Amino acid sequence: MPLNIGCTARPGKSRDNRTGSWRVFYPVFVKDKCTGCGICTLICPEGCIEVKGEKEYVPDLNYCKGCGLCAEECPGDAIMMEKEEK
Amino acid sequence: MVDKTLELFECGHRACGGCGASSAVRMILKGAGEDTIVVSPTGCLEVFSTPYPETAWKVPWIHSLFENASAVASGIEASLKRQGRKEKVVVIGGDGATVDIGMLCLSGAFERNHDITYICYDNEAYMNTGIQRSGATPFDASTTTSPAGSCSMGNKHQKKDIPAILAAHGAPYVATATMAYPTDLMKKVETAVNTPGACYIQVHAPCCTGWGFDGSKTIEVGKLAVETGLWVNYEMIDGVVKKAKKVKRKPVEDYLSVQKRFRHLFKPQKNDEEIAKVQAIADRNAEKFGIDL
Repeated sequence: MPLNIGCTARPGKSRDNRTGSWRVFYPVFVKDKCTGCGICTLICPEGCIEVKGEKEYVPDLNYCKGCGLCAEECPGDAIMMEKEEK
Repeated sequence: MVDKTLELFECGHRACGGCGASSAVRMILKGAGEDTIVVSPTGCLEVFSTPYPETAWKVPWIHSLFENASAVASGIEASLKRQGRKEKVVVIGGDGATVDIGMLCLSGAFERNHDITYICYDNEAYMNTGIQRSGATPFDASTTTSPAGSCSMGNKHQKKDIPAILAAHGAPYVATATMAYPTDLMKKVETAVNTPGACYIQVHAPCCTGWGFDGSKTIEVGKLAVETGLWVNYEMIDGVVKKAKKVKRKPVEDYLSVQKRFRHLFKPQKNDEEIAKVQAIADRNAEKFGIDL
């Protein structure tokens, strides 16, 4: 049975769905305290923390749901959760 | 070597903030690598990762039914073998699809010893449909089908020991892991996909919505499960337990008190008798696997 185009989806098409609107708190990364361990980018359930360079981790706020898991687990306490103002 | 920068699970999926399963899936795909075909039975993962017409997956992914993920994977593996292709076939399913509904097909696939890796993300109930108990729900947990109340202390059955059942099928590699220890999990997945034959990994994946804790505590809860002895991380090679993670055990109260599904053990007053029963489970685990430091 040939698969119709309608039955398939382009890989990673979920990027169309910007889950950042769910957020109540947003993470702020403090570079001075960062140890560069990379645990935040590894554990993030969204996978939205990008490594831009050494000790430079940037969350994509279009997708970050603000769960705070990165802030909780950061060994250097380099991530603060701030209240979103809408 | 596991490539930690490999990203095969895209943003924008609809998992709850702080979801243990979605974090686990990202780690699993890092461990399995790019040449992977994923089969998912029905469950939270299937629903949140692929709402039509979107998909979070960047590897080939198929979903058929709740009960037949292992059978689908068996077919894919047989076809790849016939074509002389080397892609790895990985099933990622929830505990309901693994220990209850998909048990028959799972047993069949392990009996025929297809070269597949079955990974169960164990969030200990049917979370997708509204927290109904499954065979993997732990003793005394309150769910919507085993509610705690004046006549009940929650789920009265023990957690089903699927790793032991599959090891008894002659599986070459059976392991348990938790998303709270990412490096360990990724290493175990890498070992499993590179081991010929049907391999099984059960991954403890705390569910903030179903278990009742804040989304930022997912890893903390996952670690507490290991530290109290209620979850044991071990590897079973050819049916023999090797490398069980040793811990300096904490009392089970530390794990139970942070979750709403065990709230009835502490309110209105602390139920020492029931907590002792849960502690006995941890003690049995400790004795069985020799995890005490």
